[in-house]
Amino acid sequence: MLLSVDRVSKTYAGGRPVLREVSLTLDAGQTLALTGESGSGKSTLLNLIGALDVADAGEIRLGDTAYAGLDDAGRAALRRDRVALVFQQFNLIPSLTAARNLEFHARLAGRRDAAWLDRLAERLGLGDLLSRHPEDLSGGQQQRVAIGRALAVRPALLLADEPTGNLDETASTSVLDLMLELVRESGTALLLVTHSEAIAARLDRRAHLAGGRIA
Amino acid sequence: MIGAACLALWSHWRRHKLQLATLLAGLALATGLWSAVQAINGEARASYDRAAAQLGAGQWPELRPRAGADIPLETYVSLRRTGWRLAPVLEGNLRLAGRSVTVMGVGLLTHPALPAVEAAEGGDGLAPVEVLTPPGRLFADPGLAARLEGNTDLPPVLPSDAVPPGTLLTDIAVAERLLDRPGTLSRLLILEPPPPGLPPLSELAPDLDRVAARGSGDIARLTDSFHLNLTAFGLLSFAVGMFIVHGTVGLSFEQRRGMIRSLRAMGLPLGLLARLMLAELALLALLGGGAGLILGYAVAGALLPDVASSLRGLYGAPVEGTLSLRPGWVLSGLGMALAGTGLASARALWRVAHLPLLAAPGMRAWGGSAAAMRAMVAAGVALILAGALATWLPGGLLGGFLLLGGVLTGAALLLPPLLSVILAMGARMARGPLAQWVWADMRAQLPGLSLALMALLLALAANIGVGTMVSSFRLTFTGWLDQRLASELYVAARDDAQGARMATWLGDRADAVLPSRSVERRHNGAPIFVYGIVDDPTYRDNWPLIAESPGVWDALARGEAVLINEQMARRDDLWPGDTVSVLPDWPLRVAGVYSDYGNPTAQAITALPALLERVPNLPNQRFGIRIAPDQVDDLARDLRADFDLPPGALVDQAALKAQSMAVFDKTFLVTGALNVLTLGVAAFAMLTSLLTLWTQRLPQVAPLWAMGLTRARLARLELLRSLALAALTALAALPLGLVLAWALLAVVNVEAFGWRLPMFLFPLDWLRLFALALLAAGLAALWPARRLSRLPPAGLLKVFSNER
Repeated sequence: MLLSVDRVSKTYAGGRPVLREVSLTLDAGQTLALTGESGSGKSTLLNLIGALDVADAGEIRLGDTAYAGLDDAGRAALRRDRVALVFQQFNLIPSLTAARNLEFHARLAGRRDAAWLDRLAERLGLGDLLSRHPEDLSGGQQQRVAIGRALAVRPALLLADEPTGNLDETASTSVLDLMLELVRESGTALLLVTHSEAIAARLDRRAHLAGGRIA
Repeated sequence: MIGAACLALWSHWRRHKLQLATLLAGLALATGLWSAVQAINGEARASYDRAAAQLGAGQWPELRPRAGADIPLETYVSLRRTGWRLAPVLEGNLRLAGRSVTVMGVGLLTHPALPAVEAAEGGDGLAPVEVLTPPGRLFADPGLAARLEGNTDLPPVLPSDAVPPGTLLTDIAVAERLLDRPGTLSRLLILEPPPPGLPPLSELAPDLDRVAARGSGDIARLTDSFHLNLTAFGLLSFAVGMFIVHGTVGLSFEQRRGMIRSLRAMGLPLGLLARLMLAELALLALLGGGAGLILGYAVAGALLPDVASSLRGLYGAPVEGTLSLRPGWVLSGLGMALAGTGLASARALWRVAHLPLLAAPGMRAWGGSAAAMRAMVAAGVALILAGALATWLPGGLLGGFLLLGGVLTGAALLLPPLLSVILAMGARMARGPLAQWVWADMRAQLPGLSLALMALLLALAANIGVGTMVSSFRLTFTGWLDQRLASELYVAARDDAQGARMATWLGDRADAVLPSRSVERRHNGAPIFVYGIVDDPTYRDNWPLIAESPGVWDALARGEAVLINEQMARRDDLWPGDTVSVLPDWPLRVAGVYSDYGNPTAQAITALPALLERVPNLPNQRFGIRIAPDQVDDLARDLRADFDLPPGALVDQAALKAQSMAVFDKTFLVTGALNVLTLGVAAFAMLTSLLTLWTQRLPQVAPLWAMGLTRARLARLELLRSLALAALTALAALPLGLVLAWALLAVVNVEAFGWRLPMFLFPLDWLRLFALALLAAGLAALWPARRLSRLPPAGLLKVFSNER
């Protein structure tokens, strides 16, 4: 088992509980769609699994690493080396070219693989776009760079929060196809937050959050 | 509609209180330093005007001697007989109670009413005859009157608030006696135009020139350059403060783009919106400007005593050290705040007026568009060239300041393109991903930080330039003092008789006695002091000549040549080999030019015997004494005992040098204070830029945090970024500061004071300033960096929130 989330709870300031004893698991290479209404806690759970935030109760483990024992630097190392994230807003680094953005996370983790990067660029159709800055790319192009950046590090787990939410239908289908292909190719597990039933249906498993609990 | 729009606009400031505080602080700082300088200048000018009104100076046209001589009494009498209505004035300097005092003698029966005399005769019941008949009366300001109390050599001294500091006002007959210049006059006031039909002045009195009335008189003219220097500094501080305003207003407008779009979409006309924003800016300018006036008043109050002391020391200008609230500088301060805010906000307003309804915000990947950078380079180079041209056209002091302005603003415009090129090179050479990001990110941040960096550049360059000038001046001045003050002891006798006895007494006891005997005359319409010296090796070995002809000292000793000071040489373009008449009908060859710092007036040195032939009754009261240093104390003690000298009459070399250096340091105290304040404002500009960029910054650093960089490391990188940009700016400021120093030493000083100074370099000062710049940038970046390191994850997660 790659990921284990065990009775995790999270309450935000003001005392509003967002997650109540949520549990789920994910095996290596498996894909899981996390669905739910707005405010159901999907993004919060994703942030906790991505070590971006800290749970109030319960336990999260990635492989043999328990999150509870990690300090800020430990969580940062986990994000750098084993987890990668793709967001709806793309969140590329505006000051770097697409090429630099693509390899950035891998270089940060000290795992730059030129052949893998070339393959990613080719598969993502970025060949002619690599010298451009994010401001000169369309939304779909930016998201393809963001997916490439996340996969370039060969993470154990890819977390994607509504990765196609800002794209039109054509671009959305194309980006999702590519992501699923590459995830399978690299043996990376995927946890994807989505509102879309169609997208959820294409993944191996599905978990639905309602009122802060797995329904 | 207007009320709703105002409410919406104002809601921005309610939500961004720090931004509002920054804007007001920027306005207050800019207006404060400008107002402080205006307050100081206004106070000084008011003092000159008051002095001029008290003495009636400059209110009437005058007749003045052409060749620098006095006017013979006979000339006055003959002009009166032909029908000219004139009032005679005799002026000169006396040394009384250890300080130089201006004696102004007027014909009390002919001179227009003087407030001091009127008050004494009216309120105090003084009979006019007492003023006119021996021993007469002297009118002095209360301070001087108290110092002269008990001086039995003088007529009774009456204290009066209507006499400028350091001046004795009296009847012309008393002045003749005190100055020992019987039958001579300095100038003649023309009380009425001469009756028609009289022969022209050139026939009646060919040696006299008619000079038009000129308001507050010579002192105001003399001190113009000093006040211009201060104004330039105030303007620089104002410009630096306005950088803050520009940055903050720009950001506030940028952040309100959404609101502006919404207001326009809801039907608010663009014109009305622009007017409301203008009104909002005007209100803020008045608020910030008002706070600046209070700040300026406090700064001026703190600096004025030293400025007054400088003006008295440099020009003998009668400035009091107290400050009063004057409408002139209050209105000027508010006007500058309004105009400056308008100017600083013009671009932001223009963008609002041309904002497409559907425009989306975005950050460029690198420091500004290529076209904008090219335009900045072109404008920068053009300004520098225009400044350089201004030294020839119009030339003069104005040309000097235009050169400074052109070079400074031009260099400031060149800074962002220069940094952009350096940062691009750095990014190309960087190896690690973080290093590449840091370089590229710094370049991307340039548009947001460039104004603050330009302000820092100006402040640092001003510090280096003015610091180099002052330190070069100090070094030169110290060396010059060592040369000029070669005598071990200086003594002043009470009168000529005592002086003569003293010279005889010293003859046996000292290695050499060097009398200091001079006469004040006029040359080319300005005062000149002509000194006579004895032939002594002290002068040959020590006197600081900056230009000389062969055999200068022998020619001087023979009475065939004259030495003149640098001020006179530059003003009248007289150099070795030229001929000059320092006294009427006494042409002498200029054999040498000597440096004479701190003296605003012309000075000439001739052989004493030759001078005595032409001016037999030269005062003989001051002597320099050469003696072995270990005998100085004994000789001073004997002199005091034998001649009953007051404490101030004897000064040894070390004390005199210390006094001179103290005056020097005080003179530049105000410059130093303005330097530090300007650097402080620049540091504040950097802080405000970093704070205002804070909200834009999070989306840029949050992805790196998500990819595994800790907040602490990101905070350290933020600090490093500011330090690196400040260091690059400081490096760019060094050559600019040296150009500024050269311009100050070689152009502005020569035009303003009449002397050119050698330029020395002070690398240790640069290092200190470099460290100070890093400290300022570090302090400015510390707060935002600390904020980032302590930002809870929830704050960073907002960046990734899909609903943001």
